[in-house]
Amino acid sequence: MIDKAIDGAAAAVADIHDGASVMIGGFGTAGMPDELIDALIARGVGDLTIINNNAGNGEHGVAALIREGRVRKIVCSFPRQSDSHHFDAAYRAGKIELELVPQGNLAARIQAAGSGLGAIFTPTGYGTLLAEGKEVREIDGRHYVLEYPIQADFALIKAHKGDRWGNLVFRKTARNFGPIMAMAAKTTIAQVSQIVPLGDIDPEVVVTPGIFVQRVVEISPAHIAVAA
Amino acid sequence: MNRLNRDQMAARVARDIPEGAYVNLGIGLPTKVANYLPAEREIFLQSENGLLGMGPAPAPGEEDWELINAGKQAVTLLTGGCFFHHADSFAMMRGGHLDICVLGAFQVSVHGDLANWHTGEPDAIPAVGGAMDLAIGAKQTFVMMELLTKQGESKLVENCTYPLTGLGCVSRVYTDLAVFDLGPSGARVVEMVEGLDIEELRRITGLDLAFTKAAEPV
Repeated sequence: MIDKAIDGAAAAVADIHDGASVMIGGFGTAGMPDELIDALIARGVGDLTIINNNAGNGEHGVAALIREGRVRKIVCSFPRQSDSHHFDAAYRAGKIELELVPQGNLAARIQAAGSGLGAIFTPTGYGTLLAEGKEVREIDGRHYVLEYPIQADFALIKAHKGDRWGNLVFRKTARNFGPIMAMAAKTTIAQVSQIVPLGDIDPEVVVTPGIFVQRVVEISPAHIAVAA
Repeated sequence: MNRLNRDQMAARVARDIPEGAYVNLGIGLPTKVANYLPAEREIFLQSENGLLGMGPAPAPGEEDWELINAGKQAVTLLTGGCFFHHADSFAMMRGGHLDICVLGAFQVSVHGDLANWHTGEPDAIPAVGGAMDLAIGAKQTFVMMELLTKQGESKLVENCTYPLTGLGCVSRVYTDLAVFDLGPSGARVVEMVEGLDIEELRRITGLDLAFTKAAEPV
């Protein structure tokens, strides 16, 4: 019997190693898998490359990873915010490398990795600082920039419900990067509010098919702190 | 002269958004436009974090922090609205499905180049978010901004000096003093506030602005 359910966040992240590349879902705090990140911090690994839309908000999640000095490089679109003080401090101290990627290119590059594409040509960023030094091509009268896929060793994502085969549905705007990160990582670990029996999720509404998910961990909403 | 305040600017932009339009309102000043879209006009607001059919803010105490907009504020979903992931969201822009986006700006050139993501100062931490995708993706990109900086310099310029967000992407600029159409041949004044004349507008912007006699008061 195939059962991707893992008991507890600590067991789910137990093989994430020093130097790993880790995609982390979430847009701000919506969809941020805080409990998986806490377990990763508790494991004590460092030198991580983190791929997330932001560079941490407040004290939890990605912000806590940065505060604890575990992140060597972050790939994101919007690092600087009113509550990104841990990133700001690490960046100004030269302790963290930043690869700034326009948000849609970030999504497209992640999706490209999950789809097995060698690269993409995107119109976003053409003629700007973020395309400097990159190959450009004119196709049908429009200019495009060559961008490469972003893949990762692990993806930590948060979904609403999952089953033992790894099928997932999400909740509202917490979906954001979850489905595409699940495709782009070698090992995808999904934290879900509820693990349901096979067949409980209507096959017509499955958002992420289980083939993209290796582990499912139930973290009941009672344990989830309300975001500030 | 009757300089528009920020709410009047938002109301002016809202007038130009037709029924059935798919629209993304950028973070900051453009968000105000939503307050002036007439209730009888069905308009689809998109938020790039993954919703279409965005409704107003919930009542205090009713917030759901998994239902937020791109500015990370709690919002609601209209009946018929839907959720989607980021790759689909940005396909809506880049793929030319979104009709209008309204963005703020540091500077806009008369040819429609946009600078709104980075001051370029050495100690600034850059953050781009979805600005570059929105600017070049939507069928029409509108900018909404005060025409002059606090120091009195025009933000509509011959060539942007701030780092660019996109080239030739802005078609229309709404300001507190005038509305401009932009294009390969430069800027054309569409409307001015009462009490302002074209010579004064040319003087304060330092630009060779085209002007149609029929230009109406804002």
